[in-house]
Amino acid sequence: MTALTDPPKESFRLSMLIYDTRYRSMTIQVVALMGFMLLFAWIISNTLQNLSALGKPVDFGFLFEPAGYDINQRLIEYNSQSTHLRAAFVGLLNTLLVAALGCALATILGVIIGVLRLSKNWLVARLMTVYVEAFRNVPVLLWIVLVMAIMIETMPPPRDFRGDNPSASMLLGDSVAVTNRGVYIPEPLFSRGLGDISVFGAFDISLDLIAILIALFGGIYASKLVKRRADRIQEATGDRPTTWYIRLGLVVLPTLAVLIALGFHLGYPELKGFNFKGGIHMRNSLIALWLALSLYTAAFIAEAVRAGILAISKGQTEAAYALGLSRSQTMNLVILPQAARVIIPPLISQYLNLTKNSSLAIAVGYMDITGTLGGITMNQTGRELESILLLMAIYLSISLSISAVMNWYNKRVKLVER
Amino acid sequence: MTQAAFVRTEMVPEQAPPITSSGVIGWMRKNLFDGWMNSLLTVVSLVAVGALLYEILPWIFRSSWTAGSLNECREQIKEAYGPDASGACWAVIRERYAQLTFGFYPSELYWRPILAFILMLGAMAPVLFSNLPRKLLWFSGLYPFIAAWLLWGGSVWGPLSALAGFIIGFALLLAITPRFGAILGVIAAVLGPIIWWTLLSGTVIDVLDSIIPIALEPVKSRNFGGFMLSITIGVTGIVASLPIGIVLALGRQSDLLIVKSLCVGFIEFIRGVPLITLLFVASTLLNIFLPPGTDFDIIVRVMIMVTLFSAAYMAEVIRGGLAALPRGQYEAADALGLDYWKAQRLIIMPQALKISIPGIVGTFIGLFKDTTLVMIIGLMDPLGLSTAIRANQEWNGIVWELYGFIALVFWIFCFSMSRYSMYLERKLQTENH
Repeated sequence: MTALTDPPKESFRLSMLIYDTRYRSMTIQVVALMGFMLLFAWIISNTLQNLSALGKPVDFGFLFEPAGYDINQRLIEYNSQSTHLRAAFVGLLNTLLVAALGCALATILGVIIGVLRLSKNWLVARLMTVYVEAFRNVPVLLWIVLVMAIMIETMPPPRDFRGDNPSASMLLGDSVAVTNRGVYIPEPLFSRGLGDISVFGAFDISLDLIAILIALFGGIYASKLVKRRADRIQEATGDRPTTWYIRLGLVVLPTLAVLIALGFHLGYPELKGFNFKGGIHMRNSLIALWLALSLYTAAFIAEAVRAGILAISKGQTEAAYALGLSRSQTMNLVILPQAARVIIPPLISQYLNLTKNSSLAIAVGYMDITGTLGGITMNQTGRELESILLLMAIYLSISLSISAVMNWYNKRVKLVER
Repeated sequence: MTQAAFVRTEMVPEQAPPITSSGVIGWMRKNLFDGWMNSLLTVVSLVAVGALLYEILPWIFRSSWTAGSLNECREQIKEAYGPDASGACWAVIRERYAQLTFGFYPSELYWRPILAFILMLGAMAPVLFSNLPRKLLWFSGLYPFIAAWLLWGGSVWGPLSALAGFIIGFALLLAITPRFGAILGVIAAVLGPIIWWTLLSGTVIDVLDSIIPIALEPVKSRNFGGFMLSITIGVTGIVASLPIGIVLALGRQSDLLIVKSLCVGFIEFIRGVPLITLLFVASTLLNIFLPPGTDFDIIVRVMIMVTLFSAAYMAEVIRGGLAALPRGQYEAADALGLDYWKAQRLIIMPQALKISIPGIVGTFIGLFKDTTLVMIIGLMDPLGLSTAIRANQEWNGIVWELYGFIALVFWIFCFSMSRYSMYLERKLQTENH
């Protein structure tokens, strides 16, 4: 009998770093890390050397100096004496404004087009295919520049609206004026307004808006409570009480009451002198960016919606019919909840793309964050490194927050399988 | 009792289906007028399409091809078709055609980009269609250097020394890997060319140039423009982003923590910022990042940034393909005793790339469309040129003709790419449905 002995302990040799799979992954990683750090250090040292040669050490102090330029499109108070930081903030709000408007319009158009593309109607389906292929295969920047050019070149100037027999007229009962200087729409006014509240002394928020939002969301919450009660009754007794008028009233009435209490009325744009006064002035740049981004993104959203609906197998519809559900119940309770799981992730990533594409605003002079921080501020102060780093950091945080929302959603709706 | 009952003994001959359910009428009833809602939709769309065509068709054909300015155009159209007629002024395309295609490239050298474009079709053919002889791939490999020489001109030794760098790298990889293992091989294959390009090639080029001077007339990058510029940037980005994307995707899927986090960081950073900020980096910051005194071509800088940008998206697309592959494929490759690279090359990648073809081509299309963004940093791509043309005294006020033409050209390129991807998908389909 031979005694069972441990194999002789192998001593560590340097070559094992390369040939032994236990150590090799370690070696690769260390080499990769060292290569990366060398590259990084090389870039940093180059940068410092170049910047000191230019006499511009890295310094974010310029953000607190007066900007000295005007921004015509702004959501908060701003004048040329405000700081660069505030200009950047105005730009950020403008980015978010056009992104929000664009996402809303693109979703509406995209869902309609995506559903119509699956229509049984041959002509409608073909037309929608033409739309999708036309918009998907042409650069978004071209659409933006094109809409801008159309607004400037082919819309009537304000003077055409004047006189007894004007060659242009306002739309929708004299409330909307489309001119080559932009679109004028009615603005909400409050004759008994509550005024503004200042937040941190930095910007003002309208108390009227807050009051309306509280009323609206309160109403929606109350309507939810009514729905829950109806659900309970249905589960207990099998009969569902009719609640739609209560719920509609709960949503509409409080808001209406607040609006009346505040003295809500619309201020219409009017032609005074050479231009329109009153109302909200949506500049050409905003219109061009908004329309072009929405039309372009709608084509992609339409494809996502179509794919989502096609992903639900026909058996689901047949099973729902077999259970005796009506057509609308089948759609609302069976198809849509499943299709949403497929549609929403690409939808959110299209929102992200739209937000990033809104940086093309600089091509038409819309003052978004790229136009202020990455445009005029950068050119005026000569702080390219700081401005671009800040710009990237801002876009990155917007993107990462949207991704976080998406991950949260994906986790929530994930299929729980055995 | 004899009650005669009628019993039919032969079959009735088959009858054609009613006219309302077959032929054109049947098709229309089924597809266009199925219920009142559908009929309404059909009528509305017909009216809309008709109204659109009624407006557009006369505009397209009542046009002027010969005028020298927009006003002259309108005069000509009024003269020919009456005072109220409005028509397209295609004269702008005729007059600026060469500029929209080549930018400010010297007109006596137009043969060079044209030749480069024709050779490009030849270089792409064996890659796109697998029934062509495989030997042609060698030409595809050489094409980038030929194209760079044709487009930028200058000494022939420049592109050749760039090519030599790749050959050195490949030779080092082949020579060192069998003896010292893959890691040292890869390191040598990366370091060797870098040493060649940064330290040695400059002198070698000078020496060779003084012995055998073969050169084309050099053309400066700022003279590049139009569709030539878009295609140059687009094709470079497309060719370079796929391999980088594959490497990044593999890095992101890898078990090595540090490699993985470097790849994830890179991909998420690039995907989180708009391309325009990266182009700003290319136009203002890249020279700050490099050693003092380096100043290389703006188009090359843009190409690098566009490539990195689409490589990050490519990596995500390919990662999707890798994730869609059943676990069993990896296990089968391991069971066959293949090492990592062999398994990737022979088993995993062919399948993962096949799955991700639509996404890959989608990224290519996006990249090609995104080349228009270079207008913002002042390069003269078709859109930049269109702004310049519209600012011109003669053509001030022209919109549809110019943008319509540019949009049409982009549309043709992008649409053919997406059709090709569908063809490829059908060709590679192996499942039996």
